[in-house]
Amino acid sequence: MKYKILAYIFFIVGTSDLLIKLFYGNIFSDLTEDYYEIANPILVFTPVLFFSLGGIFLKESKVSLSVENFGTSRLKYYTPQLICLVFVVLIFLFFTFNAQMNMENRGIDFGFGFLNQEASFDIQFSLVEYDGLDPYWWAYVAALLNTLLVAVLGIIFCTILGIIVGIARLSPNFLIKNAAAWYIEFFRNIPLLLQIFFWYYAALRALPLPQDASPLFGVTYLTIKGYYMPAFVWNNLNIFIYLVLAAIISIVFIRYYAIKLRDKEGKQLPVFYISAFLLIILPGLSFIIGGVSLNFEIPVLKQLSATSFIYDGGISVPPELIALTLALSLYTATFIAECVRAGIQGISKGQKEAASSLGLTTNQVLKLVIMPQALRIIIPPTTNQYLNLTKNSSLAAAIAYPDLVLVFAGTALMQTGRAIEIVSITMLTYLSISLAIAALMNWYNKLIEIKEK
Amino acid sequence: MFKLIKQFTSFVAMVAVLFAFTTETMAAKKSKTLKNTQKKGFVRCGVSQGLPGFSNADASGNWTGVDVDVCRAVAAAVLGDANKVKFTPLSAKERFTALTSGEIDILSRNTTWTLSRDADIGLTFVGVNFYDGQGFMVRKNSGITSTSQFKDGISACTNLGTTTELNMRDFFNSKGISYTPVTFEKADEVVAAYDAGRCDTYTTDKSGLAAQRIKLSSPNDHVVLPETISKEPLGPVVRQGDAVWEDIVRWSLNTMIEAEEYGITSANADSMKTSENPAIKRLVGAEGEMGAAFGLDNEWNLRIIKQVGNYGESYKRNIADTGILPDRGPNELWTKGGILYVPPSR
Repeated sequence: MKYKILAYIFFIVGTSDLLIKLFYGNIFSDLTEDYYEIANPILVFTPVLFFSLGGIFLKESKVSLSVENFGTSRLKYYTPQLICLVFVVLIFLFFTFNAQMNMENRGIDFGFGFLNQEASFDIQFSLVEYDGLDPYWWAYVAALLNTLLVAVLGIIFCTILGIIVGIARLSPNFLIKNAAAWYIEFFRNIPLLLQIFFWYYAALRALPLPQDASPLFGVTYLTIKGYYMPAFVWNNLNIFIYLVLAAIISIVFIRYYAIKLRDKEGKQLPVFYISAFLLIILPGLSFIIGGVSLNFEIPVLKQLSATSFIYDGGISVPPELIALTLALSLYTATFIAECVRAGIQGISKGQKEAASSLGLTTNQVLKLVIMPQALRIIIPPTTNQYLNLTKNSSLAAAIAYPDLVLVFAGTALMQTGRAIEIVSITMLTYLSISLAIAALMNWYNKLIEIKEK
Repeated sequence: MFKLIKQFTSFVAMVAVLFAFTTETMAAKKSKTLKNTQKKGFVRCGVSQGLPGFSNADASGNWTGVDVDVCRAVAAAVLGDANKVKFTPLSAKERFTALTSGEIDILSRNTTWTLSRDADIGLTFVGVNFYDGQGFMVRKNSGITSTSQFKDGISACTNLGTTTELNMRDFFNSKGISYTPVTFEKADEVVAAYDAGRCDTYTTDKSGLAAQRIKLSSPNDHVVLPETISKEPLGPVVRQGDAVWEDIVRWSLNTMIEAEEYGITSANADSMKTSENPAIKRLVGAEGEMGAAFGLDNEWNLRIIKQVGNYGESYKRNIADTGILPDRGPNELWTKGGILYVPPSR
């Protein structure tokens, strides 16, 4: 217990140390004596030291305190670890010290104050209001959201496509099976960057100019300058949202009731049809009696010059986003398809046969017997693919999609010249996104794994 | 007596050691970059990834251009051979990091001299080898003949990490025009996207527009608008903290410009040694001690003129004769109505 308290004290001290140094700089930085010059690199890494010590104590608290757990005496157990720690800290110190010396010699100063300066450059498009008058940190937020946007879109599309192709690969139909296999072998064996270039430049040249575009689905236009769609203009949107929420809550209750009914009386409720009915009827009612109305702002062709046109109004999806999402999803889907196939093939045939012999329909066999077990095999490698997709989205910079690498580690780095600060912020950001995705998927994995009592 | 001799010899030895140290420090004082360059035997020069007229590699890997010639001039001055240059092609984004990290020693890559770059990021601009300004290129059949015809919603392709990005914003904001910036890391990608019709206009330095126009699928269908929206003095850059090296690069460039002023060319440089004019004689190393301060011999500037030529020759060879910008405009000597004016070599 006391080890645990010690560990958390170290963690708190380390965190506050880090935060203080990030926001206020080193508290000793006012001192100009010579010894400070030597002490400074050491002081930079005190948070690392605190965290490491905290980690050791936390581990100590988790293993029971008998000597057998160490396999040897405590001294022998910790000495190599401490030597290793000192060694790592020394390497860090060496590089920090070197970097500091070099930067000082060249008159470069270090600090994060620039984040509050005016960015004074524009971004092609952003999900939040951004203007060149905003500070660099806001440009960072805008760029980060663009990265997340393409990552989320990519993950959604590659999952859908991956599952379809993965199942198709196991289809008894010769054509479907081989088409899926060819797709997988083709797309996963070509470097992603080339695929991005292909989709961007091939799509660019193949798509029509805005004035020549014929409407897709009546009111949308796919052109070289982007995909133009009508925008929704809502009246009383909140009432509509409340009713959608109400529908979802009632569906949850109905499902719960249906399970109870099945367990008690063996009756099956058509839950799917009831749910769909509720989801359509309740929000639909809001239009009739709730005063909700929905209008569309349809993109209109606008002439800029004799030969140059754009569509005005509505939503425009830039071609860079389309190309990037397409390339990332098509590439990653091949890996996910293989994960899905592995998952399904990992379940023994007997399971399927047994389920069928119980009288379950093919859909029920897949949904109730095969998939819950297959997911346990599918989820961990799929998590890796999601992480890969997110990290690969940094290739966006090659085709002018304004993501974190292009805007923040590109333009902002250039305009401020603060390479070390900006690159480390960018690295930490990607690390955080990846760890967050991994944590989410691990949580889901825990949820579906076999629960042993 | 014996003790005295012993003391005397030890004194002499001490003085000798001291002297040796002082000469050593004098030599070291010269310049660390210069010493390293002479040891390596080549000048490490950062250039663009291909901008005709400024720095462009041909099929067999030979670099040509006015920016390239600055590096060649430095190589001729410090190593005696204008070909002893190692060129590193850099994107706009990489260029300053490559210089400050010591990967290259001169950055001669159509780089705009601005206050923040000079003061903030450990760089020193040594001069201007091309006076430029930002312009716009549009399709001829668009009917646009002036930037005043730009309308809301225009999309502009440009390079990432340049002053262009900032100027573009200032320009469109001051005109109250809403626009879409599309920024690429490499110039070739910008050209490809503009060529494909992704953008209505391509904006960068006018010299760059003129040079990149050649790369378009049909150059004659495009036109550079007359307006210049910014000042873009382009010049070579060195790392901060090596004053001697900085001076060598600065005066190598100045020598080329001043040689043109006095009519010294690669062809007649040797014969100029017997000129009556002391200014000319100084420029070809026949009078004064013009190299000693840099730790170079006296004919360093003669070698530049003989091997690389004067600024006018370099301009003609690289920019005028290739059809990029036949008219020198502001890049003409001050004596001929331009603004090229360099301090005297004396």
